[in-house]
Parts: sequence; C-alpha cells; structure tokens
Amino acid sequence: MKLFRGSSGPETIAEQGSQKLTRRSSGLGELSRMWESAEGLCVLDLGSTSATNIRHFTERGHRIYSEDLLTASTDPELVATDENGVAALDSRKFLADNLVYPAAHFDVVLCWNLPDYLVESLVKPVVGRLWSVLKPGGMLLAFFHTRDAGPDSPCHRFHIIGADTLEMKKIVLRKEARRPPTGTAHATSTTDGFQLQRVFNNRHIENLFRDFASIKFFLARDNIREVLVVR
Amino acid sequence: MSAPASGLAQIGKSVFIKGELSGSEDLYLDGQVEGSIALKGNSLTVGPNGQVKASVDAKGVVVQGKLEGNIQASDRVELRKSAIVTGDITTQRIAIEEGASLKGKVDTHRAEK
Repeated sequence: MKLFRGSSGPETIAEQGSQKLTRRSSGLGELSRMWESAEGLCVLDLGSTSATNIRHFTERGHRIYSEDLLTASTDPELVATDENGVAALDSRKFLADNLVYPAAHFDVVLCWNLPDYLVESLVKPVVGRLWSVLKPGGMLLAFFHTRDAGPDSPCHRFHIIGADTLEMKKIVLRKEARRPPTGTAHATSTTDGFQLQRVFNNRHIENLFRDFASIKFFLARDNIREVLVVR
Repeated sequence: MSAPASGLAQIGKSVFIKGELSGSEDLYLDGQVEGSIALKGNSLTVGPNGQVKASVDAKGVVVQGKLEGNIQASDRVELRKSAIVTGDITTQRIAIEEGASLKGKVDTHRAEK
C-alpha cells in the first residue's frame, strides 16, 4: 500500500550560541501510536548513541538497541581491493561485525537517513539483514532526500522529542588518535559529517524494500521523503 | 571527574589483569582487565585510560574509557562523553553524556521492593 501525505518540514529554534532544528515526522507519528499502546517492544536505533532516544523508549518499558552503522562503516579494516585494484568496502566483513542479532528479533527499526549516506556496496546487504532481524509485521522507518535537497545536504542525527517531533543535530565526525602502549585516546580533530551518497527515486526505494510486505511514503516540505515499511 | 578519590581501590593504567576480579569496595580501574568484574553493592569506575573486556556486575558503573562486555548494575550506569561501550546494559537508571558511544541493548528496570 502506498500513500502520499504531506507532513510539516523543519522549524528552526535559535538558542544561545547554537541553532536547533526540529521537524514534524508523520512516519514517527505512526510508529508512536504503536509503541505507546504496546509493552515490551524491541527497538533498534541505527543512528549514533542518543540519550534522548534511549530515555524515550526505556521510560515506556521497551528495550532499545543502539548501533551506529554509519560510523561503523568508516572502519579502515573494511576496505578491500578487488582484482582490478579498486578499493571497496567488504560487506561480508561489515555484516559479520555489525547487525548481529537473532532472526525476527525487532519490532521496530529506526534507520533514519542511513541509506542516503551509507556507502553503495553496503546498502542492499544492510537492508537484507534488517529484513531478517525484523519480526513479521515489524516496521522500519527511513528518510530519503529528494533531488531538490542538493548534494551537500548535511547528515543529521535525529532525536525523538515528541510523539511526532524530532530534533535534528548535524553530525560531526570525531577522529581519535591512540598513543601506544598505554592506549590513551584523544579526540584530535573533527570533520564535517557524512556525504550524501545518492538520491533515491521512488522506484529505487520500492526496489530496495521489495522483500517487505508493504511500503508507505510521506512527503515533507524539507525535501525529505519518509518511508515506513512493514516486514 | 577523572581522578579517583583517595582511599578508593585503584588499578593503574600500566596494570593488566586477566581473570575474575571481585571485591566489596568501590574500584577505580584505569588499566586493562579481561575476564569478569563482580562488585555487588559497590561501584566501578572505568577511567579514561581503562580498557575492559569483561562482564561487569556492580551497584553503579561509570565509564570514561573503553568497555567490551555486558553491564549489570543494580542502581545506575553513567557513560561519560569519552566512553566507548560494546555490550548490553541492564540497570535501574542510565545517564549518557553527548559523545558517548554505545553499541548494545539498554534495559532498565525498577528495583523490587
């Protein structure tokens, strides 16, 4: 089933010394109705560690798993060279180290904008793994930029601050240096977050989630397409 | 807070321990431990240089360094901004500073009266 509905775009709240972006999310609103009425759900959050999101779910008696796949994809040990000398990320090694869960384990998966920013070679394998770890009837929420978003669209972290409201925070990568032999870690530098890898059209999105039972689209004014799929 | 209070049991950053660690006092750990840590009724602090590959069972746990293993805390877990935790956390309360990294499950429960 496919539906096209409008949802509000982002609002900007200026605070002392920093800007916080919030956005209304119709996809989140639908999911909220589910987890407000259910007990003991198993939720997987694929963004960077969010105390806000962890608190949101634990206060409601749900279990939340946190796994930052975008950061995990920057592991230099994932880089492999094929027979033509072209470097690519090893998706088998990536899935051996990440998203290791029993089959049919999760009721909800929050993908956020992961597919837009994840390296090409990992996208389909990751979606395939997510299908297998979702329970039948489980739901997955993902955000996709539209073509109007532009190639420099910053990668944001999404924090749940209301039933259908998200706070968006731009992701800044932190590089650590280790000083042997004590292993002392320092945050030595920060860089801009991840680059938008591609813009999916509707057909690409449908193809990406073809193994799922249903797909629902929500369009927003902020050049984001929200997608809610059911396994 | 990065420096331990005086009178607290400490494992310094040059120390490496492999095995089962247990005790009945609070522990500040800034070295390397592999195995298991049992401090029921007491607190464990993993310092910024700490590298722990162990299951942890304590009353309270504060992590500033690296911890690989499941954490069972009867009271509270705190992940400071430099914390890197891989494992499942079961506790009554949890506080996570911005910048902390967690790969695993969080399960909170209320204490039985």
